Amino acid sequence: MTSIKINDFVVRFANVNGTGSASANALFTKAVFRMGVPVTPKNIFPSNIQGLPTWYEVRVSEKGYLGRREGVDLMVAVNPQSMKKDYADVRSGGYFVYDNTKPLRPGYDREDIKHLGIPMTALCNAEYTDARQRQLFKNVVYIGALATLFDIEFAVLEGLIGDQFKGKEKLIEPNIKALNIGVNYVKDNFEFPLPLRVERRDLLGDKILYGGNSACALGAIYAGATVAAWYPITPSTSVVDAFAKYASKYRVDPETGKNNYAIVQAEDELAAIGMVMGASWNGARAFTATSGPGVSLMNEFLGLGYFAEVPTVLIDVQRTGPSTGMPTRTQQSDILLAAYASHGDTKHPLLFPSTPKECFEMTVDAFDLTERLQTPVIVMTDLDLGMNDHVTDPIVWDDSRVYDRGKFLTSEELDQIGTDKLMSLASDMTARSNGNSKDEMAALINELDGQANSDHSTTAPLEQFKGKYGRYLDIDNDGIPYRTIPGTHATHGAFVTRGSSRDEYAVYTEDGDAYRRNVDRLSRKWDTAKELVPRPEFYQDADRSNNGVIFFGTSTDSALEALELLDADGIDLDAMRPRAFPFGKAFRDFVDSHERIFVIEQNRDAQFRSLMMIELGTDASKLVSVLNYDGMPITADNIHRQVKSYFQKQ
Amino acid sequence: MTYLRSTFRHPALPKNELGYSVDYYEGSLSTLCAGCGHDSINAAIVEACWQMNIEPHKVAKLSGIGCSSKSPAYFLSNSHGFNSVHGRMPSVATGANLANRDLIYFGVSGDGDTASIGMGQAVHVVRRNLNMVYLVMNNGCYGLTKGQDSATADVGSKSKSGSVNLFEAIDLASLAIELGATFVAQSFSGDKEQLVPLLKAAMHHKGFALLNVISPCVTFNNNPGSTKSYDYVREHIEATSTVDFVPISREILASYEAGSVKDLTMHDGTTIHLHKLEKNWDPLDRFSAINAMQRAKQKGEILTGLLYLDENSQDLHELINTTYRPLNKLGEAELCPGSEALAKLNASLR
Repeated sequence: MTSIKINDFVVRFANVNGTGSASANALFTKAVFRMGVPVTPKNIFPSNIQGLPTWYEVRVSEKGYLGRREGVDLMVAVNPQSMKKDYADVRSGGYFVYDNTKPLRPGYDREDIKHLGIPMTALCNAEYTDARQRQLFKNVVYIGALATLFDIEFAVLEGLIGDQFKGKEKLIEPNIKALNIGVNYVKDNFEFPLPLRVERRDLLGDKILYGGNSACALGAIYAGATVAAWYPITPSTSVVDAFAKYASKYRVDPETGKNNYAIVQAEDELAAIGMVMGASWNGARAFTATSGPGVSLMNEFLGLGYFAEVPTVLIDVQRTGPSTGMPTRTQQSDILLAAYASHGDTKHPLLFPSTPKECFEMTVDAFDLTERLQTPVIVMTDLDLGMNDHVTDPIVWDDSRVYDRGKFLTSEELDQIGTDKLMSLASDMTARSNGNSKDEMAALINELDGQANSDHSTTAPLEQFKGKYGRYLDIDNDGIPYRTIPGTHATHGAFVTRGSSRDEYAVYTEDGDAYRRNVDRLSRKWDTAKELVPRPEFYQDADRSNNGVIFFGTSTDSALEALELLDADGIDLDAMRPRAFPFGKAFRDFVDSHERIFVIEQNRDAQFRSLMMIELGTDASKLVSVLNYDGMPITADNIHRQVKSYFQKQ
Repeated sequence: MTYLRSTFRHPALPKNELGYSVDYYEGSLSTLCAGCGHDSINAAIVEACWQMNIEPHKVAKLSGIGCSSKSPAYFLSNSHGFNSVHGRMPSVATGANLANRDLIYFGVSGDGDTASIGMGQAVHVVRRNLNMVYLVMNNGCYGLTKGQDSATADVGSKSKSGSVNLFEAIDLASLAIELGATFVAQSFSGDKEQLVPLLKAAMHHKGFALLNVISPCVTFNNNPGSTKSYDYVREHIEATSTVDFVPISREILASYEAGSVKDLTMHDGTTIHLHKLEKNWDPLDRFSAINAMQRAKQKGEILTGLLYLDENSQDLHELINTTYRPLNKLGEAELCPGSEALAKLNASLR
């Protein structure tokens, strides 16, 4: 006798892409969500528009596990191309739902699973005459059938269809009809419901079902981004699509009908990020979104942004590399590329969101950080987070939040600098610096630094400019200089931004000391960044174990589930989820206070582990890699297996 | 280059309407070779901006990499400049312009920066009709790396080392017209009289204005056999017209012979008087401009002057319907939808 599984199973839909299955499958996910039960859908799709196999996998979990789970309890197999493998993938004791308009070929004779044949094609052909409708409604028919098999309330589906076709009411009735075809077929032919069931719960509270790419786009809207430049690339394209959608809703001036934003589809990723830097340099908030191949092309500009200190927000929706790799599969494999993008000594702050809510928050943070730090900031999301819907906390906005535009000088402040009493000293200094005396220049810089050190708590440090604005003076001793926006002042504050070396007054120089002072200041800025970026999240109040585990981004849900599995095995791990690079004190302390640390990440080369070794000098033998790099989101079972086998080998 | 520049300026230097004398429009000391064509162009830019009463801080100077791209440091020291990466000035200019439509965008590039490494961006900035002056200081060679041929070097042109260029030259002005440029002019660094009014007109044009200026490299491409040497260019230059740019505020009608003067009206009401020298050419007709250039090319001549103008040019901002206020001036209140909008959005995601 099979035991009844309530709210704990995995369904996989095996479809042909381009047949309209995506919206029907999403309907199923949403129905489970509206039954108040945690649900996790994953799109497993090809780099193709029409005709190739595509899968949609839905995990239903009463316990609230939101990672992927291995094993399929019920397969909806409507793609003959992949049917053999789909058939084999069904767990023993599971169900195989298929279109039996034509009989199954020989070989589909497993005795450990149940076969549920529904003549979807025949039913649709009898009901609809239009070929496209026959195709589309086949998907809706099997959703109706599943609802009855899983005991999902029909009213929930009706409600969803009503919401989906608001404004196109004449489409409601045929969709409901298609659902009913499936419902009735199940009722007439099978025992229902199955021992796999969805039971109404109230486990979701005010949670929402949202995708990371949309959340990043919404974050850009809330952060005040006015310029978006991009080049189409999976899986980041929908970031800008969503930005365009939100912008047309929230950013059109109601009086003039004019856009309070600009979106440019660039000729390539080089141009996309160049436009972002031009706009940011000119005082607008701007961003671009891309994936690994785009980041490769953007290396040149990222180096410029670092050295010339131009704010830039880049959203990297990572996919499986290298090269074109698997464009529609997920990975966390741009870590090192992004951290050190470009030639010369460069490094860039990275943010690692793990939920759509964090995609929103970190995109907003990225705009504040990039202007505060005057350096490119990269939001490291991935295909799994970006292109799948996730159960996540609702998006919130604090109306008292004020954008941090960082350090820039207004026209009045430039006036104040210009008329400062210390003007005479400054002109003296300028005269001396023009005289090319290295020693004197260095002495003056020391003098300025000294003053900064003695009094860097001042809120109005303008007098420290000593009468002359210097773009790269470290007035506050935090490595962050003051910028000016073009067009601010008629006579003060203009300078040439360049990727070549320059002195504190933005004057081109190849003097080695001036170059070193500049890059050392950038290092000070990097130290400042360590405590400005989001802090790690810890999952225990105090350390309990000598063993720690680190995971980030989309490994989080599965890692948290794996911790419970390991706990049941008597393996206790302290957990930390870094949310940003560079690593601050809290991160270092965690690493220092554990003898052994598992580092879970989704790439072959353990890139995050390398980053820790490079940046913290952590002993390699202390860091144990838990890796997943087949392009599919990591599962708890996988993590559990790898960690457990490590201890078994010890 | 020179290491010394006198800070003395004649106290009676004439002032423009803003009360500035021409030296206010100068930049820092040039580090280009003595006699470089680029410095003559820089001087023409200074002169044009002074004459036009431009407030320097309302200009943004942008460039890529190369000798030409160093130039923005050598004019308008009260303007912000952005010396970006090789061949990428157009994208930086595009972003800057999107952020603030109220400034004048002055892009300086070279033939390597535009016709080779930057060709991808150059053609697209033309297509988008970005409101900017795109000035190519075209010397047919790579100066900073010591004289390699560039993609604008003519077939058969001889380099300083004696090698002969085998490959077809890219004709930037023809290409720009082909791509839909709305203002295309060509000139010679040694012809300040033509260059200054062309610069003024280009700055007044609302849309993309290409100024392809032959600017000989005195050090690496000024030898006999080169088609970009001072001597060669002087001998083969064929002006299409003489040009006067007339600001709207003080129009003075010059007396040209009937039939040979063409007045072109700019979007802001200013006027260009073209005193036509070339027959069978209408600067408002794309085809006739291309034909005229092809004919000149056949004869080995370089046509100069304003070659083509689209009086109905619509720039990128108009095409994508951006607000009249500069985007960088919009405040948080206008940009952030606030918490209320989120309640609705969250509800739609359940």
